[in-house]
Amino acid sequence: MGYFLLRRTVGFLATLLTITVVVFAVMNILPGDPALTILGIEASEAALEALRQQLGLHDPVVVRYFRWVGAALTGDFGMSHAYRVSVAELVLERLPLTLSLAFGGMIATVVLALAMGIGAAANHRKAGDWGVMFLSQIGIAVPSFWAAMLLVLLFAVYLQWLPPGGFPGWSDPVAALRSLVLPIAALTFVQAAVLARVTRSAALEVMRLDYVRTARAMGYPRRRILWRHVLPNALVPIVTIVGLQFATLVTGTIVIENVFYLPGLGRLVFQAIANRDLPLVQALVTLFAVIVVTVNFLVDVIYVMIDPRLKTRA
Amino acid sequence: MSRHLTPNLVLGAVLVAFVVGVAALSLVWTPHDHAAMNIRARFAPASDIHWLGTDQLGRDVVSQLMVAARNSMTVALIAVLMGGSIGVAFGLLASALGGWVEDLIMRVADIGFAFPALLFAIMLSAVFGPSLWVAVFAIAFINIPVFARVTRGAANVIWTRDYVAAARAAGQGRFAISRDHILPNVAAPVIVQATIEFAIAILAEAALSYLGLGAQPPSPSWGRMLSEAQTLMFMAPQLAIYPGLCIMAAVLGFSLLGDALRDITDPRLTRSRQA
Repeated sequence: MGYFLLRRTVGFLATLLTITVVVFAVMNILPGDPALTILGIEASEAALEALRQQLGLHDPVVVRYFRWVGAALTGDFGMSHAYRVSVAELVLERLPLTLSLAFGGMIATVVLALAMGIGAAANHRKAGDWGVMFLSQIGIAVPSFWAAMLLVLLFAVYLQWLPPGGFPGWSDPVAALRSLVLPIAALTFVQAAVLARVTRSAALEVMRLDYVRTARAMGYPRRRILWRHVLPNALVPIVTIVGLQFATLVTGTIVIENVFYLPGLGRLVFQAIANRDLPLVQALVTLFAVIVVTVNFLVDVIYVMIDPRLKTRA
Repeated sequence: MSRHLTPNLVLGAVLVAFVVGVAALSLVWTPHDHAAMNIRARFAPASDIHWLGTDQLGRDVVSQLMVAARNSMTVALIAVLMGGSIGVAFGLLASALGGWVEDLIMRVADIGFAFPALLFAIMLSAVFGPSLWVAVFAIAFINIPVFARVTRGAANVIWTRDYVAAARAAGQGRFAISRDHILPNVAAPVIVQATIEFAIAILAEAALSYLGLGAQPPSPSWGRMLSEAQTLMFMAPQLAIYPGLCIMAAVLGFSLLGDALRDITDPRLTRSRQA
């Protein structure tokens, strides 16, 4: 167990390092002059030169990379060109909204998918099973932003129950939560479709095993068998997918925030592209990739805790 | 063969044939010029002339959807072919050489998974400005590790076969064996994966174009049509429906077809699925 954790942690740190290299390489080594990108072609040569000085573009690439990573480790992600404030400040200000979306979406996804998946497995080859499979097949094929638009059409345009977009701020918690309902529903719809499928097939695998038959023969109630005996043993594939999905959810928030005009990190990164704010884009892309990798790492660790057999094998 | 004729296969094949057929048809014929504007006929309802009506500039919706289908298929095809061939090459290389080369390639592939197409497209757009090529490269890039992994997994199995051992004993080199024996035998899983990745590529292109990182105006794209329709949702909600249905049909078609092909080529899965 200790050896496994150590090996996995070293791999994780190496991956983090590689991410910074990849992001830095794409943003800095690809042909193009960052100063020109930021200021535009109409900028004067003097202004370009001044910005190049300020960004330290005359230094060798390797020096610039280490300066960037070194500063980032101390929490300094540079200055945003467009907003004239530190990137860290901008990120901290918008992080709560994005995290609420991602975690809200994840919780809703897990609850909905487990209920649907276990329900489908319990009703294997009956109407309920076909219904869940049909819904999840549709869910997989529907782009999340379109699901979001349809939800807005129904609940904001026709029924007018919920706001079509925007965010009133956390000072009014009820209004804030109301404006998060549709975005979270849109995120959940697609992800739950995928997870319900996995849950169903994992549960079906376990339900064929002898101990489940024994539990049934001993007269345990169906519900108890499903949730106490089948589900825990079906968890390994489910947790794997949940981990992968959290990564998808985090990047999904980028899309959904732009559909609903929510001022989170996803909206920020698009404003940064529009403003040609390269330092901000670089920091945000790194942050998103780091979140994805960190979640995968945590899932690997949880994985071993759920399935003790993996401990000895690792 | 008839036992393979599952509903998945039939529905998937029909949808794929329809979408690809329409995309091909748009090369030679659309009901109207897809870019022709007619402000007086804007927001026209469905009629004999405009089967699904017109948009905010009076352009024919059916014609736009058809050209957008071509756009979507082209992007997906180029991206999957590009990412797929690079990925397959790396997979074959990893499997053929083994040892630290294999470890290195698979490690790098793992890191590739940390970058969803969207993040890659964001970086490229920030540097080069958004364009359709940004979408193509971003989607191609995320396909590389997927194909590398599938190819290497399948190839490692083939390398243990007797006929490969025979070829080695006959003095054939690793690369020649990869070409003559490994590649033909990993083709099935690679093609299955390509079909599924095609569906994912269509979704990704739609999302990127919706966000403005893919197809640029005036070239029609399902994703961009949706983003334009969003601002008009109170006025013309129908415009927000059709492009989404097209995306759904295309993605559903390719993913059902991929599932069905996997069942056919990997009977082990079929049995466990039916049990």
